[in-house]
This record gives sequence, C-alpha cells and structure tokens, in this order.
Amino acid sequence: MAYSDKTRGMYSEVLTGLQSAGLFKQERYIHSAQAADIEVEFPSGAPLKKVINICANNYLGMSSHPEVVKAAHDGLDSHGYGMSSVRFICGTQDIHRTLEKMVTQFLGTEDTILFPSCMDANAGVFEAVLTKDDVMISDRLVHASIIDGIRLCSAMHDTFKHSDMEHLEEKLQLHNDKRLKCVITDGVFSMDGDTARLDKMVELCDKYDALLFVDDSHSSGFIGKTGRGTHELCGVMGKIDIITTTFGKGLGGASGGCVSGRKELVEMCRQKARPYLFSNTIAPPVVAGVIKVLEILSASTDRRDKLESNTAFWRKGLTDAGLIIKAGDTPIVPVMLFNAKLAQDVSRDLYDEGIYAIGFFFPVVPQGQARIRTQISAGHEIHHLEKALEAFKKVGKKYDILGKTKQEIIEMYGM
Amino acid sequence: MDEMQEIIKNYVIKEYVEDDTELTYDTPLISGGIVDSFSMVSLKRFLENKYSISIPDDRATPEAFDSVNKICALVREFVK
Ligand SMILES: Cc1ncc(COP(=O)(O)O)c(C=O)c1O
Repeated sequence: MAYSDKTRGMYSEVLTGLQSAGLFKQERYIHSAQAADIEVEFPSGAPLKKVINICANNYLGMSSHPEVVKAAHDGLDSHGYGMSSVRFICGTQDIHRTLEKMVTQFLGTEDTILFPSCMDANAGVFEAVLTKDDVMISDRLVHASIIDGIRLCSAMHDTFKHSDMEHLEEKLQLHNDKRLKCVITDGVFSMDGDTARLDKMVELCDKYDALLFVDDSHSSGFIGKTGRGTHELCGVMGKIDIITTTFGKGLGGASGGCVSGRKELVEMCRQKARPYLFSNTIAPPVVAGVIKVLEILSASTDRRDKLESNTAFWRKGLTDAGLIIKAGDTPIVPVMLFNAKLAQDVSRDLYDEGIYAIGFFFPVVPQGQARIRTQISAGHEIHHLEKALEAFKKVGKKYDILGKTKQEIIEMYGM
Repeated sequence: MDEMQEIIKNYVIKEYVEDDTELTYDTPLISGGIVDSFSMVSLKRFLENKYSISIPDDRATPEAFDSVNKICALVREFVK
C-alpha cells in the first residue's frame, strides 16, 4: 500500500487549510432538471428546498426545453448512446459533421471542429496553430481554460491590461518581430459581464498583421442582434480568426465546445489538437440536442430578445433598490459587496429567502471585489425576477447596504 | 542611485501596478505578486531592446527578476 499515513496526512492538512481559509467548495445537489425553479438539497442531507435559480449559465432557458429534450431522445434512438472511439478512428457520425456545418453557418465563419468541451478547445487550439517562433498576447482577465491552453503552447506569452487598447498596441509593437502574433480575449468576461472591444481589436490586428482569438462562451446564442455573439455586436462578423465557444451554457447547457474560424486553422486542429485526437467527442444525443438548439435560435430571436428585456428589468431593479452592480448590458450582473464574508452571508440569507445565487471572492476575483454574480435567463419570468428583487432588498436592508457607496460598504465591513 | 534603476522602476509601475502601491528598488516583484511570471516576458524584451542585450532564458529566472535592484544587477552583466 503506497498510500501511507504520511501521504494521507499531507493531503488532509492541505484540505483543512482550504477549509479554515474559507476557500473550500461544497456542492449543492439539485434534484430537478435545470430551470428557473429548482429543488435543492443543501447542505447534504437537508430536506429539499424549492428555490429560484439566478446563477446558471442557462441564458436562453434551453437546458430543459421540451423540443431539445425530444431531439436528444430521438438522437439517442437513431444514433445510439456513445461512440467508444475518438473522432479520427471510428468516432465521427454524420451528425457530428452536420453540427460543425451548422455552427459555421451560425457564427459566420469558414469551418468548425467540435471538442469534448470548450475547456478542451482552449487547451488544444494554441498548441495546434502556434510554434515557439510566435507570440500570444492575452487580456489579463481571460478565462482559466485559456490560461491552461497558453501554458501548453510553446509560443512566447505576454499580456495586456484588461481591455486597454493602447497597451495592446504597445505589445503588438514590442513583439512585431515574431513570425505570428495572436491576440487573445474573452468576448464577454465571465466575472464582470463586460464586453471586449472587438471592433478596435480587429483594427489593431489588421494594422499589425496579428491573428485574433475570441472565447465567446458567454455570448454565443444571445449577444448581438441575432445572437451570433460578440463579433455581431461589434460589427466584425467574418473578421475573427478563431472563435471558441461552449454548448454548455446558452447553447443547450449540456456539454461540448468547438473551435470555429479560418479553415486552415480548423484543419490544423483536426491534425494536431490533442484533446480532439485523444478524447471522445460529444455524445450522439447531445449532438442531436445542440442541432435542435441551433435550429430554434436560427428560426427566431424571441429567446434572446426576452433575455435582453429580462436583463434590462433586472439591472434597473437592482440599481433602483440601491445596490451596486457592474455596469454593462450582458445578462451577467455582479452585485458588488467587496467583502468576502459579507458576500457569503448575503448568499446564505438569499437562499433562506428562496433565491439561489453564489458569492464569489478571492482568488476567483481580485481581493476586495467580492460579489454575488447573478445571471439572467430567458427561462425567467418577470415574477421570478420580482421575487428575487424583493429578497435582495430584504437582505440588503438587513445588512444596511442599500443606497450605500462602495466606500461606505467597505467602512462597515472591510475589504 | 542611477538612471537604470529609475527607468526599470518606472517601467514596472506603468506595466503592472494598477493602484497606488508604493514601489521601492527592493520591493519583491514576482514573489510579491506584482508581476506574474507570465508577464516577465515583456519585461525581458523591454530590457533587451532598451539596452541592446540578449539575456539567455536560463538566466531570466523569477529569482533574477524579483526586484528592481536584482534586475539591474542582471542587466549590468550583459551590458558591454
Ligand atoms: C469563458 C469560458 N471559456 C470556457 C469555459 C469552459 O467551457 P466548458 O464547460 O465547455 O468546458 C467556460 C466555462 O466556465 C468559460 O466561462
């Protein structure tokens, strides 16, 4: 037995350390399908509680959409449960290629390759298209999965200050001697809900002959007039060289991701990206579900329009109540509390009021910027949002933070 | 003390310091969390361009870049 008491003790100590630092993550068991109204067991063993979910990435309310569920059932019947193979051996079905073509059409790109997840897409893409003669220049707030992809790639890496276009330009000049330069950003940033300035970035990338990479996981399906993503919002469709996105959020919420963009770059991924080569792709019923999602979203913008009006209602409601939110117009709406313990306390009290929303604090967000991240869905009805607003007001009053400035909240509770 | 220290310090402040954290020539940059090890690349490139030198990768360690004074010492080794 190689797992000695000493080894076990070492891990126990680390885990205890996480607990005492307040960084220990605990799961909450949801007994219902994902939706606006869910039933939760928390803590483990507690009786089930009916709550309104305002922290899912279920932006379009597709996770349990009856037509999507039916399409997945049909896909299960026609194409089976699993493939028992990676794509290039015997793991590619007609529907995988159908989905790739539909994504290409939806995003307005040249070609698309599916990955088991967007985490895998981000982990594999840079290494597949760049070499040690190249440089990656990333926004300092990109998602963790992109950071991992960058780590796995032999190209040089540098960063620019969050959304600071002058700083990006300086970096493009600094690295102008490199074979290829690749600028890397999220479309919508997941913690703050702000949007990348893709129009300006396209301009800079044109000027300095750089590739542009955008992770549109928190945009695909609903940002832009017809929901194509941040590139549609910024008027630069067709000009993004690499888009990665997930099917695990707005586009159905199950799982899977992709790289979509210039056809040579997509082909490089098919030849070289390790998560594509060495891991099973998306399972047939999920593929069938995502195909249905794209059909629904291509036929009508009703859902993204509803999400937009729900978001406006929610943002105005929180602001009118005197809470501090991050400015913007995406459905990611962080309610700023600054202090980590306050964020946890407010989250717990909201739960008691029947509202499920989670506190985020260091190291997930910078020190002194603790918050409750709320996320709005087209699956919410106004009565859900009204109830959630009432709860925020009640809890806000209890902690005396309504109408208070950042300074005042920090004076009361510390950073 | 000399110009090189000021130039490097000002560069670090401009590049990495987001608030008004005080920076001295001995403030730990990397172990102090001011410069992440990813971003060391641009610091290295800045030094190489500015002083027309080439710092071998095996010398550009987080330890050697951990303060303005340490960086100056490293650069001086390579300036002719
Ligand atoms: C910006 C961003 N990229 C990628 C991912 C990973 O997506 P997936 O669940 O498909 O791996 C996430 C999910 O948290 C994300 O927020």
